[in-house]
Amino acid sequence: MNSYLLETLKSKFPGAVLETHAFRGDQTAVINKGSLAEVAAFLKGELGFDFLMDLTAVDYAPREPRFELVVHFYSSKHNYRLRLKCPVEAGEPEVASLTPLWPGANWFEREVYDMFGIKFEGHPDLRRILMYDGFEGHPLRKDYPLKKRQPRIPHRD
Amino acid sequence: MGLETAFGHSYLTTRLDEAVNWGRKYSFFQYPFVTACCGMEFMSVFGSTYDISRFGAEYPRFSPRQADVLFVVGTVNEKLAPVLKRVYDQMCEPKWVVSFGVCATSGGFYDNYATMQGIDKIIPVDIYIPGCPPRPEAILDALIKLQEKVSKESVLDRKYK
Repeated sequence: MNSYLLETLKSKFPGAVLETHAFRGDQTAVINKGSLAEVAAFLKGELGFDFLMDLTAVDYAPREPRFELVVHFYSSKHNYRLRLKCPVEAGEPEVASLTPLWPGANWFEREVYDMFGIKFEGHPDLRRILMYDGFEGHPLRKDYPLKKRQPRIPHRD
Repeated sequence: MGLETAFGHSYLTTRLDEAVNWGRKYSFFQYPFVTACCGMEFMSVFGSTYDISRFGAEYPRFSPRQADVLFVVGTVNEKLAPVLKRVYDQMCEPKWVVSFGVCATSGGFYDNYATMQGIDKIIPVDIYIPGCPPRPEAILDALIKLQEKVSKESVLDRKYK
């Protein structure tokens, strides 16, 4: 079964899968951004991935495409795990929301939006989750100044 | 001395500062502003092993209006800063602040976009306790140091910071 999942994805979505690799049972498929919703629906509906374990992002600046969305899935029925990666270009980064399929993605996507500024199309309530209103920028981007502080109340000296 | 014996030991004379500060330093009502792991060490001071009530400061008030000492225990980030300031502002004079652990004191190793680099950026601090987290003995030491500080204050012209 080692590459069963990856082979299935490759044959089902030949244009969407950019790259696959498997290391000691960890299987990863890199797919293009436009096919994320379609592939995700297939994972949930056909392959039994009922649990979205984690959704996060990485900033690879100055590489282009700059960001990479990383999603981990688990199937409690089959005990399968799968990692999807999805390159996202800088500029106006936007990908399809997975919240309609897995409601648990809601806060993960808000966190990725808060930290990286990646927008999720179709998210029901996309606003910051960790930082406060009035915070400018996205602190986990590599170009966010390391020493920059944004106090909410004036500091005394 | 002569005055007291003349009236049959029914009263004693002292200075106002001495009497008031004696009362204050042995009856701190503290407000625990606990945000992080330091809280576990702080709680242990209330147990029978360390027993902070020996120093008259065992009584936590969860309303800042009834508290004398603000214990800021743990990391305070910029998001929480207005809350801490408001709690401090609600306390009545005289009031004192203890910064508990390195995070409250300087931000500790959280030198990042979210964490305030020490609560003294927004409120005045009387005693700093180092440690990550501090031992319970350090808390008792800080309390005794605060008592010493209070006993040297002047009741009439206490500096309103």
